[in-house]
Amino acid sequence: MGKLITCEEAVKKIDSGSRIMVGGFGLVGCPLSLVDALADSEVKDLEIISNNLGEPGRGLGVLVRQKRVKKAIGSYFTSNPEVVKAFQDKELEVEVVPQGTMSEAIRAGGAGLGGFYTPVSVGTKIAENKEERILNGKKYVFQEPIKADFALIKAKKADTLGNLIYNKSARNFNPMMATAADTVIAEVDEIVESGQISPEEIVTPHLYVDFIVLSGGN
Amino acid sequence: MNVKHYIAERAAKELKDGDIVNLGIGIPTLVADHIPENIQVFLHSENGILGVGPTPEQEHVDKDLVNAGKLPVTVVEGSSFFDSASSFAMIRGGHVTVSILGVLQIDEKGRIANWAVPGKSVLGVGGAMDLLEGSKKVIVTTMHTTDKGESKIVKESTYPITSERAVDLIITDLAVFSVKQDGLHLIELAPGISLKEVQEKTEAPFQIADSIINGTEVTV
Repeated sequence: MGKLITCEEAVKKIDSGSRIMVGGFGLVGCPLSLVDALADSEVKDLEIISNNLGEPGRGLGVLVRQKRVKKAIGSYFTSNPEVVKAFQDKELEVEVVPQGTMSEAIRAGGAGLGGFYTPVSVGTKIAENKEERILNGKKYVFQEPIKADFALIKAKKADTLGNLIYNKSARNFNPMMATAADTVIAEVDEIVESGQISPEEIVTPHLYVDFIVLSGGN
Repeated sequence: MNVKHYIAERAAKELKDGDIVNLGIGIPTLVADHIPENIQVFLHSENGILGVGPTPEQEHVDKDLVNAGKLPVTVVEGSSFFDSASSFAMIRGGHVTVSILGVLQIDEKGRIANWAVPGKSVLGVGGAMDLLEGSKKVIVTTMHTTDKGESKIVKESTYPITSERAVDLIITDLAVFSVKQDGLHLIELAPGISLKEVQEKTEAPFQIADSIINGTEVTV
């Protein structure tokens, strides 16, 4: 059962209009080879769920520059001025979610939950259209789970079954995204035989991972 | 000493041995340089690190090891890495003892605005709302006035607030205020700063601690 494919084969699975989660905190932990392969493909009208949209001309910023992104859901887009401009020019729709709410919504999506109540954002502009509920005297707002058609994630190492471990702060959103999409493609720096990663160390068990590509591979 | 370092040093004096501390961007980041040597605190970064260490030398920069400001960092002995959902569970769940944050404005109730500017599109919030909601204690470090000389401590914020939760302590280049149920209390003046100057440069009403009234020549 081979999960290893090329980046080119991976992006061929993705159609225009797809909803795609992309791991990373800025460029750290972002599957850059997969994103570059997407940029070389013909797909467009993408809905991207990612904390940021890269930097100008780097990472997801490439797709923004190519006008392939129709909508973005994330927590912080101001770090890429081209995203701000695309939004102002009405080329890009943006939904801002507090970072903790976003990561938990993805976790909930992957865990089969119908959503959750969080105290974060109560009384602010972000909560304006959200259901509010008082629980034990404290105000909460309802957050729906976040799921996607595809998750493109980055890990340090995979074994041939698809078990993953991450590297330092490049872990960030990747483990949750691995659980919350119909098709999960993991870009890794290294692939080892199954059994070569200790069961105690594995962060993402292989059942979540559909395909593996090598970073920098074609 | 640079005035921003003065503020950071004053904020660092609030930390206690064993605290789990999250530092925001700007003046809060400088607090790491002023942590008293007789205590051990653990710096939490919301992108998934507990035990953030000093900035590395250029040749030791690791692209996979950054803080929430996306700047290269190191880790200290006993540090750990975790995913974003776990990191924010720590924050919302009240496991972070102290957050030190920057602000655009603070209102008379001690509520802060630090994420959006009126009239501009809201395109980023990051972890600001989570930190304010969940941290056990929130300290704000800021210059007392804007570059134009306007008070940042105002009756009513002209910026959208980040949370209904009030902060606990406000440390500026001129003074320290504690926030209580009935509003702001001036508890300390910076060296060489008069009560009159603080009164002139603070738009929001505040009460004045007895220690300051007794220690100043200004009639209140």
